[in-house]
This record gives sequence, structure tokens and C-alpha cells, in this order.
Amino acid sequence: MEKFELLHNVNENGPRGGKCGHGSGGCWLFTCKIGPQGSRPITVEVIEHLERLALVDFGSRKAVAQLEKAIAFANRLHAVHTDGVEPMESVLEDRCLYLRSDDVKEGNCVEKLLQNFHRVVEEYFVALPGNISLAKLEDKEPSQGHKGSNL
Amino acid sequence: MAAPVLRLGCAGRCWALAGVDRGSRLRRGAPNGFTFGGIRGQMSTAPPPPLTAQEPRKGAREWEAVVGLEIHAQISSNSKLFSGSQVHFAAPPNSLVSFFDASLPGTLPVLNRRCVEAAVMTGLALNCHINKKSLFDRKHYFYADLPAGYQITQQRLPIAVSGRLTYGVGVGTPRRVAVRTARVKQIQLEQDSGKSLHDDARAQTLIDLNRAGVGLLEVVMEPDMTCGEEAAMAVRELQLILQALGTSQANMAEGQLRVDANISVHHPGEPFGVRTEVKNLNSAKFLAKAIDYEIQRQIKELENGGEILNETRSFDSRLGCTVPMRDKEGKQDYRFMPEPNLPPLVLYDSASLPAGADVQQVINIDCIREGLPELPSVTRDKLVQQYGMRPEHSFTLLNEVGLLEFFQNVIKETRAEPKLVTNWVLNTFLGYLKQQSLAVGESPVSPSALAELLTLLDTKVISSAAAKQVFEDLWSSPGKTAAQVVSEQRLELMEDQAALEQLCQALLEGHPQVVTDVKKGNPRAVNKLIGLARKATLNRADPTVIKKILEEKLAT
Repeated sequence: MEKFELLHNVNENGPRGGKCGHGSGGCWLFTCKIGPQGSRPITVEVIEHLERLALVDFGSRKAVAQLEKAIAFANRLHAVHTDGVEPMESVLEDRCLYLRSDDVKEGNCVEKLLQNFHRVVEEYFVALPGNISLAKLEDKEPSQGHKGSNL
Repeated sequence: MAAPVLRLGCAGRCWALAGVDRGSRLRRGAPNGFTFGGIRGQMSTAPPPPLTAQEPRKGAREWEAVVGLEIHAQISSNSKLFSGSQVHFAAPPNSLVSFFDASLPGTLPVLNRRCVEAAVMTGLALNCHINKKSLFDRKHYFYADLPAGYQITQQRLPIAVSGRLTYGVGVGTPRRVAVRTARVKQIQLEQDSGKSLHDDARAQTLIDLNRAGVGLLEVVMEPDMTCGEEAAMAVRELQLILQALGTSQANMAEGQLRVDANISVHHPGEPFGVRTEVKNLNSAKFLAKAIDYEIQRQIKELENGGEILNETRSFDSRLGCTVPMRDKEGKQDYRFMPEPNLPPLVLYDSASLPAGADVQQVINIDCIREGLPELPSVTRDKLVQQYGMRPEHSFTLLNEVGLLEFFQNVIKETRAEPKLVTNWVLNTFLGYLKQQSLAVGESPVSPSALAELLTLLDTKVISSAAAKQVFEDLWSSPGKTAAQVVSEQRLELMEDQAALEQLCQALLEGHPQVVTDVKKGNPRAVNKLIGLARKATLNRADPTVIKKILEEKLAT
């Protein structure tokens, strides 16, 4: 588990010592050695990795700077003392998970579903073969991901 | 050209050394210059060589293999895990797909109670600790048959952990059953993906989402197995357990049970080697073969100075070997995150059950435990105790699909002793089936027919040799009863004692030499006469009766 670098300039209550991950889960949202502004810059490899994973086009240096700012903002969470406090797994943790009885109540709407797809063969949806790669996405309007300007 | 399989050790069974519980040794018995296509290349059909014939080449060190399994079992339920669309095999494409399954915006997952119960039952049957609180996560990757772009699974905190699966393997000659245990790391609930059909000619992929969202139980096992046969027997036992519980039909042919194997080799005492993952093991027949092939491939590669890549391979059943799958770009990063739309799944037991709770909305682990049906291991123990059969027999009865039911039906209808029934079902009946590659369900001989035959044999209406003949006839002319065949061919044992005595007397008079031999002190000489008498009576006389008459006459 990679350690997350702590911002040097955010610490009203003192730094937490740079340790990421409390309890069993750890923060596995950011597992790369991304540095917040001031320490290590986000490398090209990291950006490419993220672009492939999320099919998000970072496009410009400005977008990358936005990303760095976003990470820095999130880092401020570490300023909070959470020693001895169980992490919150879900904001729904006080809710009861509703259990549905095992009855068939949905389905049988092929025609409606097929209307969502450009290309259809008999009653199958048509997709490009293999994984969706970024190169192919440049040829057409991306159906997933977005031009990364509003990070 | 088929790639032959170098079977240097396992050859369909494990070399379990006496006193060693795990870890079969795979010796490299052939000298280094051995080429493919040599004798060993045929070993998959030749009988396995005896242990002593395999002397390790000078300097060759032993290898141990470790095999871990990840098994996905489709839950047997009416509707899917998080939506109300139907679970059904082979329906018109995309007819069993709800808006949620198609990942249309504005839809939310709603957990199916039956799937949770199935997971708890399976966890209890595998001696797992059931987590009273478990969590759902999203596992992200892009593929056309995963419309949401993520799969809802339980990565952080699954519903059941730390169990064990006990199974049996055949060892030694004569084959006896040795008990093995493989640890179950965890059992988790997750969604199945849709199906993609690749149309290479038109460079397109057709997607059918009928399967998308069906509930799966993923059973993750620790690398406690050491060869293909152990893995195959473990999977078979799990299949039997799931079928006994009713949580999954576990039919590999219909894709209800899928197995991935993680395989690595190392020298004893050293740390585990780099592992490869072998996918596409979708038939029981090829499971052991594929795993053994991969073990041998890795050993050969390492002995030739190569190295093993941590890659995913697929088993090509036609060629009988594993091949690398299309390589993914670097290591997959699934970016696990908690499923924000689902609160934690909380289970109760009788002690923690809140008072006045809605019965429909709570799951009581203790109730489920009490309602568990009989597990295969218990069924086998009962067979051994009730019918006095050997453990190996009970394993065979359960491992062959439909055989146990057949056996029990014969027992019900026959007057013969269980030992006789066991012998006939496991030897004669099963032998015929195997010879003609038939399943129990395709047998031309019904349980009633066999039951009747065995009753005739037991009540000494026919002899044992005649019974075999009758069975042969029943097999080739289904629909006839044993009694019919017996009377048509006049196979009844001779009841006429006087005629038999006359015959024996005639034989004795015709063979004075035998009489002299016996009187000289060689009682076994009489066997010749018994044989002649049997021939003369066309197998319609009981050999023991013949012997008795002859001996009586000789004594005078």
C-alpha cells in the first residue's frame, strides 16, 4: 500500500505523520505515489494510467493542475484526528439494507432497451470488439468519460 | 500438431507419499535430452509407472506445485441479485434484462433475499465464519458486457470467511480414499456479467445481457492443493455440496460453475514461485488435465533456465495445453470503492435478533443452520454404516451423476443383500456404462430390471454366471424383464436333484483318473469334474451343489 504524502502547509492541529489508511480498509482510492503540490509532481505515467483506467481525457496541463489541486484539497482530511475512531464505511450505515423477495417482476422489455443503441443485430447490442481503447475514442464522440475540464 | 502432455508424476493421480498429508512430489525422471513425442508423450493413456521406476536424474531437484482455486457458482434463484429480472438459461437475447441490468441512469440495486440465504447456507456448509456485517464494493473495469463499467462485489468484507472444504482423493493400489482439506479463504456475493459473442468476420461483438446481474457465489480457496486431481476432486465435492444445498445447480456445461486456477511451482522448503492464472476451465474433464499441463510447463520452463510470467492463460482443450490470453495493458487496477447505494448487510443470530423485527427483512443464521439439508459427507457416512460398503464405494456412488439414486432404487425393490447390490452396481453396471460412455440416465437397464435380476440370483433361481448372461441380454434388449430372459433362455438352475446326481455319477464313472487323484489326496482334482458338470448342464447348475454331490460320492 503506497503511502500518501502529507501536505506540509495544512495542519491547524498538527500533522498526522503522513500515514494514510486507518482501520482495515486503508485509503485505496489513491494508490500511486502522487505528490500534492509542493512535493512530488504528478508524473506523465500516472496521468496515462488514470486516463486508461477511467477513460478520461486529461487533455491539457491545466487539467493536470486541476487534478493536483483536487488531491491537495482532499488531503486536508488528514488534518482531522481520527485515532481510535472506526472509519465510516458508508453514509448509509444506519440504514437497513432492504431485502427483496425472490420474485420475477422485471425484464421483457427488449424493444425499449434496443432503442438505446445505435447498432443492433437481431436482438443483440453491437459493441466494438475487445476493450475500448483511447485511440478508438478519438474517432468518435466518447460515450464514456468526458473532456477533463471540470475536475 | 497436438502438444503432448509430459505426465511425469501425476498421470491422473497424486503421488501421496506414505505419511505425508500434503505435497506430492513431482519428480523429473527423464534425462535432459528428452524430446517431445517420446514415450512419455503418450503417458496420458498409458498406465502410470510404478514409483520405483522413476529415478531422479542426477542433480535434478524435486518440485512441489501449489494450486489455488477461485470458483464462481451461479446462485439458483428466480430473480437476479440486485434486480427483479428472471434467471433462466437459454432465453431470447436481452429478454431477461431490466433497466438496472442495462445500467440505465436512475436505477438502483435492490438485494435479493434468496441470494443472501444461499450465501449463508454455503458458508455454513463449508465451515466458514459468517460475518454478521458485510459490505458491497464496486470493482471497475471496462468491457462491453459490463454495462455499468463496474461489478458490484464484496471485496473488503465478504459474507463468509475462513472455512474448509474436505474432499477425497484416490491413492495407492488398490485404490483407497484419502481425505484432504483445502481452506476456504472467503465466500462473496457478486454480479455476473453479460455474454459477448465475437463476430470476427465483421469485427463486432454482440452483447446479450440476460446473464448480467445474475447472483454469483465466489468461493476463493487457499493454495492448498498440489495437483490437477486434487483440484478436480475438490471441485466435484463443492459441486455436490452446492447441489445438496440447492444453492446452485453447479452444472459446468451450462456455465453455472466456473473455475479459475492459480498455479505455481517451487522447490520444497523454498517460498512459492510466481503464479499464473488459468481461466476458461469450464469442464470437469479438462480441469485436472489443464492444471497438470500448466504445472509441467512451469517446471520445464524453470528447469530450462526460463522464468514464469505472472500472466493469465487459457486452456485450449483441442490442443491440450495452456496458452497466454490476449495480454491486458499492464496490471489491472480495479479502483475498488464502497458501493454507495447499498448499506452494510447485517445478519443476525437468535441471540442478536431484534425483538419485533419484520421476519421478511431479517436473516437469522441459526435458523438457516438448523434447516441445512444433508451434506454429501454425511450421506457417504450413512451409506458406509447402513450397507457396510467401503468408503471408496460411497465416493463412487456420489461422484457419478445419478448413480446413488439408481442404487437406492435397486435396494428398494430387491430382496438381495446390499453387498450384492453394491457389487453389481459398482462393478457390472458401472462397467457397462463406462465401456459405452453412457450416463446413468441413459442406461438401458432400469433399476427395477436389475432389482429383479438380483432377486433371482439371491433366491438361487439362477447361478451367478447365468445372471451375467441375463444382464448382457437386458442391456441389449431394454424393456424385457429378467424373468422373461431367464425363461426364454431356460437359464433356471436345475432343480432336479436326481438328474444332477445321475450326471455326476456318470462323470465320475467316465473319469476314473480323477477319482484316483482325489483319493490319493488331491481334492482339487475334482474341480475338473465340476467344470465339466457345469458345461454339461449349460450353467444351469449351482456349482456349490455340484461340488457337494461329487464330494459326497467320492467319499463313499
